[in-house]
Amino acid sequence: MENIETLPTIWFILIAVLWTGYLFLEGFDLGVGMLMKTFARNNAEKRLLLNTVGPVWDGNEVWLLTAGGATFAAFPFWYASLFSTLYVPLVLVLLALIFRAVSFEYRGKVDSVRWRTVWDWALSLGSFVSAFGIGAMLALTTTGLPINANGDRVGGPFSWFTGYALLGGLAIVAFALVHALAFLALKTDGDVRLRARAAVRRWLPLGLAPLAAWVVIVAVQRGNPFSWVLIVVAVAGAVAAWVFNSRDREGVSFAFLGLFLLAGTASLFVSVFPTVLPSTLDPAWDLTVSNASSSPYTLGLMTVVACIGVPLVLAYQAWTYWVFRKRLSTAHLPAAHDFAPAVGKG
Amino acid sequence: MEALDIARWQFGITTVYHFLMVPLTIGLGLVVAILQTAWHRTGREEYLRMTKFWGKLFLINFIMGVATGIVQEFQFGMAWSEYSRFVGDVFGAPLAMEALLAFFVESTFLGLWIFGWKKLPKGIHLACLWIAVLGSVVSAYFIIVANSWMQHPVGVELVDGHPQMVDAWAVFTNNTALVAFPHTIMGALAVAGGFLLGIAWYHLWRRRRDGIDTVDAKGFVVVGESATIPGRDKNDHKVWLRSLRIGAVVAMISFAGTAITGDIQGKLMFEQQPMKMAAAEAACHDGTSFSILSWGDVGSKNCDDVVALIELPGLLSFLAHGDFTTEVKGVNTLVPEYQAHYGTNLPDDPKYGDRAGSEIQYVPVMAVTYWGFRMMIGFGGIAALAAFVAFFVVRKGTVPESKWLMRLALFGILAPFGANAAGWIFTELGRQPFVVAPNPQMTGIDQVFMFTAAAVSPGVSTGELLFSVISLTTVYAVLLVVEVALLVKYIRGGVASAMPELAHESASDGDGQNKDHGKGPGGTSDSDDVLAFAY
Ligand code: HDD
Ligand code: HEM
Ligand code: HEM
Repeated sequence: MENIETLPTIWFILIAVLWTGYLFLEGFDLGVGMLMKTFARNNAEKRLLLNTVGPVWDGNEVWLLTAGGATFAAFPFWYASLFSTLYVPLVLVLLALIFRAVSFEYRGKVDSVRWRTVWDWALSLGSFVSAFGIGAMLALTTTGLPINANGDRVGGPFSWFTGYALLGGLAIVAFALVHALAFLALKTDGDVRLRARAAVRRWLPLGLAPLAAWVVIVAVQRGNPFSWVLIVVAVAGAVAAWVFNSRDREGVSFAFLGLFLLAGTASLFVSVFPTVLPSTLDPAWDLTVSNASSSPYTLGLMTVVACIGVPLVLAYQAWTYWVFRKRLSTAHLPAAHDFAPAVGKG
Repeated sequence: MEALDIARWQFGITTVYHFLMVPLTIGLGLVVAILQTAWHRTGREEYLRMTKFWGKLFLINFIMGVATGIVQEFQFGMAWSEYSRFVGDVFGAPLAMEALLAFFVESTFLGLWIFGWKKLPKGIHLACLWIAVLGSVVSAYFIIVANSWMQHPVGVELVDGHPQMVDAWAVFTNNTALVAFPHTIMGALAVAGGFLLGIAWYHLWRRRRDGIDTVDAKGFVVVGESATIPGRDKNDHKVWLRSLRIGAVVAMISFAGTAITGDIQGKLMFEQQPMKMAAAEAACHDGTSFSILSWGDVGSKNCDDVVALIELPGLLSFLAHGDFTTEVKGVNTLVPEYQAHYGTNLPDDPKYGDRAGSEIQYVPVMAVTYWGFRMMIGFGGIAALAAFVAFFVVRKGTVPESKWLMRLALFGILAPFGANAAGWIFTELGRQPFVVAPNPQMTGIDQVFMFTAAAVSPGVSTGELLFSVISLTTVYAVLLVVEVALLVKYIRGGVASAMPELAHESASDGDGQNKDHGKGPGGTSDSDDVLAFAY
């Protein structure tokens, strides 16, 4: 770990923050998407679920775009190697994200059961595949990919595949589901709220286990004492989330779930630092904060931009959540309307 | 096909597709923001209706822009990893800034606007729309800065064979970007103008056909009301007539804007990418005249194969240099110059794959560049001319009964889309064989260039690329059908499709202070409605 420059380290931290922000925010709206098919019992409940995230999901998704864009700007070699190696799974993620985005807007636009069923599937499968794919990608980022000296993939389209990919995928899917249930308990009222709360109580331990396993594995493989401190914090967060949920304190429970995620991902990034992308073929080919980063000039410029941009984003996104802070229930939903067209046939 | 060709097709298909949504988002967004401002200022019902109706169409389109934009963002790393490694230091910055400073703003404030009717105080609600729309304009600026750097790399120094940014100001005020940006915004407004015009024409025509509006002996409109069709009242007529006029004016102004900025672009192109200029003209020999129409194989290397049917002497020089006599170099002069500077053959480097060592084709596909350039100007010009005629035709308050004219107006919506696509295809293909085009002046940074053949991901196989191009194209095709079907449905629904309250009760006049639960337009902010709008 000799001579690690300050700017690349700052950017490593910033990218960790962006990914954590993404998993925290989009975590629950990916989960809400998946719950459309598994939790909501009827059309009214489905619409309720959609509307809990309606105003914010697109803003949440931009955290992913920014994490990608910032990686491109700050660590072009990391961006290039990671994205090209995982070509096929990322194509699937992209297709899933496309369907997901479109279903939010289009589902209610035609009043027919078949139409809605199609988009419900698109939304829940789209959310599932994107959560799984992004989880797999992040897990492989921490455990390594078969890349050569130039950072290109060695082997066929699936040579990157390991059990870690499955674990990571599962971790994010399961976390997103629990996170979404906690979110619904906090955001809704009536039957949905009660059911969500009960579901958190039942599923929280199981739902957080894969993510915890991934974090622990990485800490065992490459960690340092600080990774373990963070793991302790994460576990404490999970326990507190469960306890407060049982006491019907949804807000506090949700916050502690956030702490679990924050400490967990922080532990991952702390463990792998200063490596950004390990090579499973030869440690000499690992991409690190020093050999994958942009020039100090570019990083400096981007630091200035981030110092202005990130707090602003946090401020107005927080304001959005405040504007839409009220609990929703099925009773609040305006009638779904279909209209008589002003123009007949012909 | 080789990986390179598939990757290029994929990039071309996905970007042109993305750019079907983009100009409508930018152009219509600006128009809707202006309409809502007009409502805010005057309180007039027709402006509220216009805001709601055009806003609905805007949103149906917006979401497709978002969905296809994500693909663009990731594609560089996935399919063009060598490119990303080479340019990351300078090219990644505007991309990251676009996300951080523009996409966040756009998506967050649009969410506030969509769901904020009645929840937010009117002024703040309006401000949210303006902020979101300006966010799209800012996003356009950043992405054009990125693209312009590929057309004209500035502000960098070569370090270990990689361009490193040394002057951010130069990158962000690249003269190529400073003219491409207004040109693109004007092109986007042209799309919005045609869209408003065509759809408003259709509804005015429909009102006449359904016998709601009639004309008096002098041809002036007599506005009527329908008791049976929701929303077809007198205000409805105002909505469409005003939309049509706004659309026509926007179309005319924006064409003038593209012409002025395009002219400046032409002059820059003459300096920065002389081969693109020659390819735009399919010019073999040096010359001064601009051919409007040619016959024969414009892509041919043999100059006798191309016959210019209509030529304007001096115009080419004017486009390139602002006078009528400067000789614009033709392909036969330029190829040896390029060969002298950048070599005759690709280096024997494994990153060029099968193409290593092969001869470099410096001439872009002329059939595409020649016709692309003319389609851009032609489609734009036709749309502007049509707008002019339409503006004149509706001076008495409605449109003629002709079904064919109505169809033509609807069909005309497509022309500005075509002009935009043609403009990009020309710009991007005219840059070939470079993905980062070299600067011709032989000083300092001009060795900063990259052949497209060196840019693809070495580790990604042909099969993977085929899989992605096929699946993306299929999904895009299906979604295009869905989007268009939804747009058509909401267009046919008229204003009532965006304001269901019009269908439930006879229209309210005034500014529509409608207290009906959850449905009233606009209204007060202290309402205890939790949801004024819901998916
Ligand atoms: C001149 C304008 C322009 C151009 C050349 C491009 N885009 Fe775009 N893009 C926009 C103008 C725009 C926009 C108007 O800002 C969009 C359209 C709809 C929207 O939501 O924002 C958008 C959306 C959009 C999104 C989704 C943002 C969100 O979730 O809100 C991404 C990730 C990209 N674009 C990325 C790209 C990339 C990587 C491009 C280059 C190849 C590109 N766009 C070309
Ligand atoms: C920042 C913006 C853009 C960047 C960085 C960019 C970059 C590229 C790259 C890397 C390629 C592949 C290499 C090649 O074949 O040339 C390409 C091709 C292409 N791009 Fe762009 N592009 C941008 C914007 C656009 C836009 C907005 C459009 C139009 C809608 C567009 C249209 C095309 C087309 C049609 C091709 C295919 C050209 C060919 O097959 O050779 N590009 N561009
Ligand atoms: C008299 C009219 C016009 C002229 C002289 C003109 C000129 C040009 C030139 C020279 C370029 C290439 C810039 C370069 O590659 O360096 C260009 C690009 C482009 N044009 Fe036009 N244009 C005109 C009208 C239009 C219209 C009407 C539209 C759309 C409605 C349009 C849309 C575009 C687009 C989208 C591009 C690619 C992006 C860019 O480089 O800005 N143009 N135009």
